[in-house]
Order: sequence, then C-alpha cells, then structure tokens
Amino acid sequence: MSKDLTLEEPLGKVIVVTSGKGGVGKTTTSAAVGAELARRGHKTVVIDFDVGLRNLDMIMGCERRVVFDFINVIQGDAKLKQALIRDRRLENLAVLPTSQTRDKDALTKAGVETVLDELRKEFDYIICDSPAGIERGAQMAMHFADEAIVVTNPEVSSVRDSDRVLGLLNSITDRAGKTGAEPVKAQVLITRHDKSRVDSGEMMTVEDVLEVLAVPLLGIIPESKAVLRASNLGVPVVLDDPSAAAAAYEDAVGRLIGEQIEMRIAADPRRGLLQRLFRRAV
Amino acid sequence: MFGFSLRPRKASASTAKERLQILLAHERSGSGGARPDCLPQLQREILDVIRRHMQIGDEAIDIRMERGDELSSLEINIEFPGKLGVN
Repeated sequence: MSKDLTLEEPLGKVIVVTSGKGGVGKTTTSAAVGAELARRGHKTVVIDFDVGLRNLDMIMGCERRVVFDFINVIQGDAKLKQALIRDRRLENLAVLPTSQTRDKDALTKAGVETVLDELRKEFDYIICDSPAGIERGAQMAMHFADEAIVVTNPEVSSVRDSDRVLGLLNSITDRAGKTGAEPVKAQVLITRHDKSRVDSGEMMTVEDVLEVLAVPLLGIIPESKAVLRASNLGVPVVLDDPSAAAAAYEDAVGRLIGEQIEMRIAADPRRGLLQRLFRRAV
Repeated sequence: MFGFSLRPRKASASTAKERLQILLAHERSGSGGARPDCLPQLQREILDVIRRHMQIGDEAIDIRMERGDELSSLEINIEFPGKLGVN
C-alpha cells in the first residue's frame, strides 16, 4: 500500500511518545509536543493510550470536559468527533482521552487502526502518549507509529528500558512487519537533564546516553521547575510562562518537523545560579 | 533569582490541589450528573426518544460535559436536517 510512506502528504503522521520506564516525562512530552505543533499551525491530536490510568487530560487541563473516550469510540458507543476534546487555547489542538474504568484489553489492534486511520484524514500529527511498560497498552500505542520519540532520563534504568523499547519498535510494529516499509523513525528525547550534575560528573552526559542507545537525538529537556508548575495548572509547558524546558521543547518540535536547529543544553538560569550558590555556601 | 520570584507564582500548587479535589470527588462517587459509563446509554436513549418524533441520524447528537465544583453541566446538541422530519 502506498500509505506507509511520506509520499501522500495529506495523511497525518502518527508519532508515539514512549519510554518503557514510568515517570520519565512521556505525558509532559506528549502535551508539550502536541501544543507546540498546534501553535505552529499544524492540526494535532494527542491520544492517551494509558487505559485505566488516564492522565493526559489532567496535564492538558481538560479533565472536567471528558464525556466519551477512545474506548467508547473503539467499541462503537460514540463517534470519534464526540470523543475529541477541542483545546480552548489552540484551535488546531485536540485531545482524545482514554477510559478510566476499562482495562487495556479494550484496546484492539483493529479498533486502534480504525481510529488512527480516521484521525489521519483530519490531523497533520497524531501523538500517541504511551503508558509505561511494554505490555499491551504500550504495544498498541507504538504499533501503527510512523515515528517514535523515546523519552529517556540520563539514568541507568531509563536508558536500559529505552533500549528495550527501541528493540520493540524495530520488531513488533506494523512497519517492522511490512516488507518494503521504512522502519519506524525513532529519536531520543533526553529529559530531566541537569547540567550542573553532568558538569560535576554525577550524571551521564548526552554523549554517554547516545553512545549506548545509538539513535538520533531529538532534543535535551533540562530539569526545570516549569514542568511541575505547568502540570499543577493543567497547561502544556510550552503554553505557560517562558522557561528553559519550554524553549527546549520548542527546539525539539522544530527538529521533529525537519528544521535544522543546533542542539543546546539549557538550564533555568535562576535555578542553576541558586544551586551554585548553595553548593558554594555549604 | 529573588527578583524573578517576586511574581505571584505560588498559586500553582493550590490550583493542583483544587483540580484534584474536584476531579476525584467526581471519580469516586461516579456523580457529577452522570457516570462516564452511563453516557453511551444515555445517548442511545435520547436518540430513541427523539426518533419517535423526528428523523435524525446517529451522528446528529453531540454531548458535552463540564464538571464543576458546585455543579456540573451536560450540554446536548441535536442537529436536525434542513426541515424537521416529523414522522
């Protein structure tokens, strides 16, 4: 089929945000990347694949507006347009929440494919926010992906899990199983990067992580207070006050859509200064 | 850094707590006007009732909810074809 290559531009691109390990920033990343793509004028939808433990709605700030969900659509209880929640800040942005009451078995391959195919017609980008782990939910989130953002902290268990996930992207996905199809384009996004700890040798460098994983780097998101604040408020970090994390996500999205942006290692200046002051004082 | 933190930024933690309290109150009680799981059935029943009087399609109904602290609202929009197709 001709639909698996980039030749047919009108069809939206499916990008999975995955990691294996939990708590590394998948949902923060999904929300930030989705919002930044939309702000740049691309029609974007972010889908929560974490059935039973939905949280994308909270991070995006639309938790009070959920009526129908992804599972209702898969099971034919609601139409896709009824389940999509249009963002009130950005007209190009929508969220497809998942069910809080069902379990992951409700995600069927055929059901997911049908929904994604319908979304591809309306949206330029479909961001699939994967649950942690490598079980059914994570596998369904990655199965139909054209590209993958592998979210990794510079920490041993996260890097190891990312390596495992990269292996799955190359073996169990739709693209991996189709002869002649391009493999899933996977890129690593390093999050919670703490420059001061890297400088003092306490944290692996970006180069260390890339050497181990051997995949291209999409961006480096610094450890930043702005991320917790944005989650508290239910605002994607790129739509909140300017911060080093927001700027890093903006750069990463630029690269995601093919812009040449030099890699930079940022940090919130006030925090770095504070830390240095403390370190000297102690 | 102190100059920067003079801005009123402290509110975010209390916003987080409020949002959680409202959401979890609804999730625990299954209240807020309607349980999420009863909405598909509600939708079918509304369509059935309306169809007794008018001809409308499956996609003609749109249900929106807004969960609030004090009260929640359910907004139901039903689209009719150009003319009201009364049976």
